[in-house]
Amino acid sequence: MDDLYREVIIDRYKNPRMRGVLDPHDYTYQDDNPLCGDQIRVDLRVDENDKISEAAFSGSGCAISLASADLLVESVVGKTLDEVKQLGKEDILEMLGIELGPVRLKCALLSLKVMKAGVYGIEALEEELG
Amino acid sequence: MAASETLALDVRRLRAEFPVLTRQVGPGVPLIYLDSAATSQKPRAVIQAMSSFYEKHNSNIHRGIHALAEEATEAYEAARARVAQFVHAGDPRSLIFTRNTTEAINLVAHTWARMALGPGDMILLTEMEHHSNLVPWQMLAAEKGLVLEFVPVTDAGVLDLNVYSSLLSRGPRLVAFSHMSNVLGTINPVGQMTAAAHAAGAKVLIDAAQSVPHLPVDVEDLEVDFMAFSGHKMCGPTGVGVLYGRLELLEAMPPFLGGGDMIKRVHLRSFVANDVPHKFEAGTPAIAEAIGLGAAVDFLTSVGMPAVRQAEETLVGYALDRLAEVPGVRVLGPEAEQRGGVASFTFEGIHPHDIAQLLDRQGIAVRAGHHCAMPLHERYGVPATTRASFYLYNTTEEIDSLIAGLYKVKEIFN
Repeated sequence: MDDLYREVIIDRYKNPRMRGVLDPHDYTYQDDNPLCGDQIRVDLRVDENDKISEAAFSGSGCAISLASADLLVESVVGKTLDEVKQLGKEDILEMLGIELGPVRLKCALLSLKVMKAGVYGIEALEEELG
Repeated sequence: MAASETLALDVRRLRAEFPVLTRQVGPGVPLIYLDSAATSQKPRAVIQAMSSFYEKHNSNIHRGIHALAEEATEAYEAARARVAQFVHAGDPRSLIFTRNTTEAINLVAHTWARMALGPGDMILLTEMEHHSNLVPWQMLAAEKGLVLEFVPVTDAGVLDLNVYSSLLSRGPRLVAFSHMSNVLGTINPVGQMTAAAHAAGAKVLIDAAQSVPHLPVDVEDLEVDFMAFSGHKMCGPTGVGVLYGRLELLEAMPPFLGGGDMIKRVHLRSFVANDVPHKFEAGTPAIAEAIGLGAAVDFLTSVGMPAVRQAEETLVGYALDRLAEVPGVRVLGPEAEQRGGVASFTFEGIHPHDIAQLLDRQGIAVRAGHHCAMPLHERYGVPATTRASFYLYNTTEEIDSLIAGLYKVKEIFN
């Protein structure tokens, strides 16, 4: 087994726990990385305390991007939206357990980018509308 | 077989000319470089020509009176003459040094096309173009109200010449296409397509970034009006490329960038442009790089371009055969006879990024992505491919390693 493709990555890629779509959902966002064609959508449901009760991702991409999406989405269940905003690059790399060069880092961080855009984007919109 | 024997390359001896090929990319992992379509490796002769210029002759060119300036000018212009000879351009003045293929195409867009084309005029391109032969025309079309049309690519990976004929009947002013696709490897019938375009009254530009490094190219025999290529894909350094243009066209074209060297005289409110080719070479050019490119064409000439082509046809034919053995691999593009040394493929269920990364762990350098040809990948309905590309220093053993590497990738994902 190649050390970059640790068992957890291959396992999550082949047997994702959190793949799916939530309909209805409270938050959803989708984005792609045109450089490699990876595309990820994240759906979230929150309870009355803004705590994430359910989460799912869908889309296509390389093993690194899909494994990190699965791990990330699993890790945010039970967290508040404020806690999601605090998540960063290191959290993803820690979940994957690897170091990545700049090109592959974009793959690993796509799902976090999508999730944050969903959370920030809709909240900002709600505040604006009062 | 006698002919092929006389053309056979001594690959072992050739490889010894490329210092980088001896390195390892990890402990006990030798480099297997299969990414020459992105950039080629450099032979010692090119590296030495450039350091020798800096060590012995470094000076600016064209204006100095001192010994070094004269030597530098002479070496720079001698490089132009050798590159001209390499592509069989009769007059070295028809060769302009640019930064690369992209800049050469942009030069034509900004000068000839901007001057000659107006609203409603049509430029005919193809679906297999590299972004460098798409975006400059999109930008100009937006500015001038031009119409862009595209020759489709068939499922077999070649241009649909019937559609080409009917598009020509609509009177395009310019036909711009690649000599050889950087993704499919397809070698387009430039001579035939150029004759048809000329008969329809169009000028012809070819993107020869992938062909000049790998095939014998005779620009006057092809009768194209413009041809662009890059030094770094043909054993030369980065930072220098070439635009060939027919002399009477170049002479009638307005200058490109303004500045030093492109002028004969300057007044406060006006200038008189210099003669061709200097009219298009504003500012201090990449002198050492041009000299390096001169050394690169000497190197390629000494090997012999027909031999390079034959070796690559053999290599790519072998690669196609071996790739066909791997279950789940699908190669895009035509058979070896119509193809340069490029094989882009998909591998069932495995993303090209993962393939490239896992091959890299085995020392095998390939490229993953859209290879600056997003519309072509859209045409095939795939977001990305993995591309192995070959040059005169590659061996069938390296292709065997690639195949073994792909089986390892499959094993990891199974």
